[in-house]
Amino acid sequence: MSTIFAKTATLGWGPFWEVVSAPRVVAAFRLTFGASAVAASINTVFGLLVAWVLVRYSFPGRKIVDALVDMPFALPTAVAGIALTAVYAPSGWIGAPLSKWGIQAAFAPLGVVIALTFIGLPFVVRTLQPVLESTEPDMEEAALTLGATRWQTLRRVVFPPLIPALLTGFALSFARAVGEYGSVAFISGNMPLKTEIAPLLIMTKLEQYDYAGATAIAVVMLVISFSILLTINLLQAWSRRWTGGK
Amino acid sequence: MSIDVQGLTKKFGDFRAVDDVSFRLEAGSLSALLGPSGSGKSTLLRMIAGLETPDAGEIRLTGAEATAQSARDRNVGFVFQHYALFKHMTVWDNVAFGLDVRKAPKEEIDARVADLLRLVQMQGYERRFPSQLSGGQRQRIALARALAPQPKVLLLDEPFGALDAKVRDELREWIRRLHDETHVTTLFVTHDQQEAMEISGKIIVMARGRIEQEGTPLEIFDKPATPFVAQFVGETNIVESVVSAPELALWGPFRFTVTGPAVGARVRIFFRPNDVYLSSNPETLQVEGKITRSRFRGPLIEHHVDVGAERPVIAHVPKGVSLASGFDAGRRVWVGVTAFHVFPVDPQ
Repeated sequence: MSTIFAKTATLGWGPFWEVVSAPRVVAAFRLTFGASAVAASINTVFGLLVAWVLVRYSFPGRKIVDALVDMPFALPTAVAGIALTAVYAPSGWIGAPLSKWGIQAAFAPLGVVIALTFIGLPFVVRTLQPVLESTEPDMEEAALTLGATRWQTLRRVVFPPLIPALLTGFALSFARAVGEYGSVAFISGNMPLKTEIAPLLIMTKLEQYDYAGATAIAVVMLVISFSILLTINLLQAWSRRWTGGK
Repeated sequence: MSIDVQGLTKKFGDFRAVDDVSFRLEAGSLSALLGPSGSGKSTLLRMIAGLETPDAGEIRLTGAEATAQSARDRNVGFVFQHYALFKHMTVWDNVAFGLDVRKAPKEEIDARVADLLRLVQMQGYERRFPSQLSGGQRQRIALARALAPQPKVLLLDEPFGALDAKVRDELREWIRRLHDETHVTTLFVTHDQQEAMEISGKIIVMARGRIEQEGTPLEIFDKPATPFVAQFVGETNIVESVVSAPELALWGPFRFTVTGPAVGARVRIFFRPNDVYLSSNPETLQVEGKITRSRFRGPLIEHHVDVGAERPVIAHVPKGVSLASGFDAGRRVWVGVTAFHVFPVDPQ
C-alpha cells in the first residue's frame, strides 16, 4: 500500500488534484461509493431476514438455502456478472418485465447496485447467523411475561443486541462492494460519467500506462474507504458498550 | 391470588412431560416444586406462566380462568435460571421494562424502580449493565424486574441453580424475607430438597410428570407417601425383605414391625441415617455391629456399620456425640433403628 502512496507522490499536488477532480473520475467515485452504500444497506435488511429465517425456522430445503448463501463467494465474479447481465438485460427473464415498466436494470446504475448486492449478501448472513444462533429464547420469554407485545419485544429486546453484528455485516459488504470489479464490469456497460466505477477506471488508466493516475485514484479510494470503515468501527464499539468492554 | 391447576397435561411427542397434574396453592403462600431433572416441574411452571401451552387441563389464577390467556396478559412474574436479563439495557432499564411497555407514567416508573432497587439492595447500580454484575446480583435484578409490574404470582425456575453455594444460601434467606414483605404468591422449582425444605411452606414432589406427594416440609420428610419420596428427599437406607410372620419382617438381625402387607409379601424398608442410633453399650432392642468406615461430614459423622447383613447400615451421628463416644472404624457398637417406612414392592 505504501508503494501506492509513493507512486502517487511522484505526481505532485497539482496534477494529483487534476486527476482526481476530473468529472469522469468524480462520477466514478460517486457511483462506486453510492452504489456500494445502497447495496450494503439492502444486504443488511435482507441478510437479516435470510439469517433470521435460516436460524429460527426449519423448513424443507433449509440446508440447501443455507449452502446457496455462499454461492457468491465461490462463483468467479465474471461469471456472476455475465449471468446477472443475461437475466437483467432488456431481453432477460427479469430485465424484460422491468423494461416494460420503464425500468432499465442492466447497463444502468441500478445494474451496478444489483451486482454489488449479489456479491455482498453472504457477508451479512454469515456475520449474523452465529449471533442469532447464540441468542437464547429466554430474553424474549422474559419480555413476554413482563407484558411486552411481539413488536415491543422485537424492537427493544431482540433487535438491539444484533446491531454490532449488523454493522459488521454492513461494513464487510460495503468494503467488498467498493473493491468489486469483475461482475460490475459486465452488467454496468462501463459508460464514462454514467455507469463507470472507480476500480474500472483504475484498470483503464493502467492499460494506458498512466500508472501515477491509476494510483492517484486508488489513494482516494483507500482514504475514503478507510474513513468510512473507521467510522463504522467506532459506531460498533459504541453499540457494544453494554458488553462491559469485553 | 391463588394458583389452581386441574388435570394439566403436556406431551412432547409421545413423552408425557406433565401427566394429569392437579393442585391448589393458597394466596400469599410460598411453595416449592421439587423433583429430579426431567420430572416435568419446569414444564409445569412454564405452563402456569403461559410460556407453554397445555395439551389438556385448566389453570386458574386468582380464581379466574387463565388457560387460554397469553403470557403477556397473565400478569405473572417469572424468574429464569440464567437470569435472562436484557444484556443491552442498564439495571434501571431492565427493572423499568415491565412498566415501560405498559406505558406507565414516568414518575410512577421512577418511584417503583427506585423502591424495588432498594428492596433488592441494589441502589447505586442503576447505570450498570448486567455483564458488570455478579451472578447473585443479576438474579436479584431479575427478581426486581419480575416484581415491577406488581404480578399476581411469582414463578421462579431453578432460581439459584447457576449460583455457588454461599450465594445460594444468602439468596434463599433473602427470598424468604422478600416474601414476608411482599406476600406475593410464590412458586419455585428446584431439584435441591434442602432448598425446598428451607424456604417453602409447602412442597410438591414430582417424578415422571406426576405429583408424588404434597405437604409441609416436615410431612414430606417424616411421612413419605411413596418410595420415590422416601429416597429422593433426604438420605436413606433402603433394604428389601419379606413379611415372614404377621406384622414382622426381618433384615439381618433387625426385626421390623410391618402393618399392612400380608405374610409372604415382598417389602422395601426405608430408614434415614439420622434415625439410626449408635451406642457403646448394649441396650434393649439393639443389635451388635462393627464400624467399617467413618466419613467426616462437617456437623455430623457418617458411620458404615456392619451388622452381618448383606450390606452395612449407614448412621449419621452428630460430630460431638461421635467423638465423645469414640466411634471410629473398627469399633464395636450397638445399633437401633428409631423410625422407618415400609412400602410393598410392586410385583413385576
